[in-house]
Amino acid sequence: MAQAPAAEMETKWWSGGRSPFNVEYGKLMMWYFLMSDAFTFGAFLISYGTIRFSQNFWPDPNKVFNAFPFAGHANLPLAFVSLMTFILIVSSVTMVLAVHAGHHNDKKGVIKWMIWTIVGGIAFLACQAWEWTHLITGDHAVMVNGAIEHIGTTVTRNPWGPELPGVMHDGHHVGTTGPVAFGGYFFGITGFHGFHVLSGVVINIIMLIMTMNGVFEKRGHYLMIEKAGLYWHFVDLVWVFVFLCFYLI
Amino acid sequence: MDHHQSSPEVTLHHEPGGKEVVQKIIRTTVILSVITLIELGLGLGMYLMPSLSSALVLFIKGAIVILSLLKAFYIVGVFMHLGEEIKNLIMTIIVPLLLFVWFIAAFLLDGSSWRNLRNTNGKSRTEQVNQSKPVPKEAPAAQH
Repeated sequence: MAQAPAAEMETKWWSGGRSPFNVEYGKLMMWYFLMSDAFTFGAFLISYGTIRFSQNFWPDPNKVFNAFPFAGHANLPLAFVSLMTFILIVSSVTMVLAVHAGHHNDKKGVIKWMIWTIVGGIAFLACQAWEWTHLITGDHAVMVNGAIEHIGTTVTRNPWGPELPGVMHDGHHVGTTGPVAFGGYFFGITGFHGFHVLSGVVINIIMLIMTMNGVFEKRGHYLMIEKAGLYWHFVDLVWVFVFLCFYLI
Repeated sequence: MDHHQSSPEVTLHHEPGGKEVVQKIIRTTVILSVITLIELGLGLGMYLMPSLSSALVLFIKGAIVILSLLKAFYIVGVFMHLGEEIKNLIMTIIVPLLLFVWFIAAFLLDGSSWRNLRNTNGKSRTEQVNQSKPVPKEAPAAQH
C-alpha cells in the first residue's frame, strides 16, 4: 500500500468504469442501509429519552435488572446484562476474524469463525429470552388504588414506581406503579434490536452454508462475508447504545 | 495481487494483511472490554453511593456517554474497517449522522420543557388551552 496515495491522486475516480468510492456496489449500499437503520434506532432511543426527560420519576435500572439465572433472589445489579454485552462483543470479534480469513481465501477459517459467530448470536438471543421472561413473569407487590397487587413488567404495567415509605409486604418495601412507558420502550427497543440479532443469525447461517458449498471459493472472493459482517457489527454497535440508554444511565 | 479476488469496480486493492491484523483485532477487543468494565464500574458506583450530588451523577453519566461513543468509534473504525476506506466514502457516512446533534438536543429539551410545564403550571400547554376554552361545537363545513 506504499504507493496507494500516489495512485489515489492519479486515478480519475469520477470518469466512469470504476467505483468512485473504491468499494463494490453491494458493500456501499450495505453502508447506506446501516446509516438509515442508525436513524431508525436513533429515533426510537431519542423518543424514549424525550419521555424519560418529561417524567419526574424513572425506574432505576440497577433495581429492575438485578437478577441472574439460577441465582434465585440474589441482588446482582447489571450482572446479567454485562454477560450479554460480552457475548455480543466476542461474537463481533469472531465475525471480524471470519472476514479476515475471507481476505486470505481461507475457507476452513471462515467456516470456523462463522460457526462461533452464530453460536454467540444464539447465546445472546437465549439470554434476552430469559430476561424478558423474568421481567414479564416476575411479580412485585405494588400498591394500586389502596390495595396490594402483584404485577410484572409489561407494556401496560410497571411495578417499578417510587417506594412507599414504611409500607412492607413479605419483607419487601411496597412501591407504587411507575411510568407505563417504561415497559413499552424497553420491550419495543430491545425487541427491535433482538429482531436484528435474529435476522443477523439467519444471514450468518446462510453465509455459512454458502461457504461450505464452496460458492465463494468459486467466485474467488469472500465479499459476501464482509457485507454480512458489516450488518453483524452494526448489531453490536446498536447494543452499545441500547446498553447505555436502558441499563447504565 | 490477483485482481480477480474482488469486484472489477474496485480500483485499489487492500493488501489482505497477516498477523498484525489479528493483533489489531485482539487489541481492539481488549480496549472494548476495558471500556465496558469502566462503564459498569461507574454505573455500579452510582448505585452503591446513592448520596452523590446530582451534579456529580450528571458528570458520571456524561462520562459514560463519552465512553460509549469511544466504543462506537472503535467498532466502526476497526471492526467495520471504515477507517480503511477512502475519505469521500467515510464522509458520506459520517456527515449525515450530524443530524443527530439537532435530533437529540431538540427532543430532549422538548421532554424536559414538558416536565417543567407540568411541574410549574400543573398541566401541559395543551391541557391549559383545552381547559380555558370550552370545546367549540363542530364548525360549519369550510367553504371552498
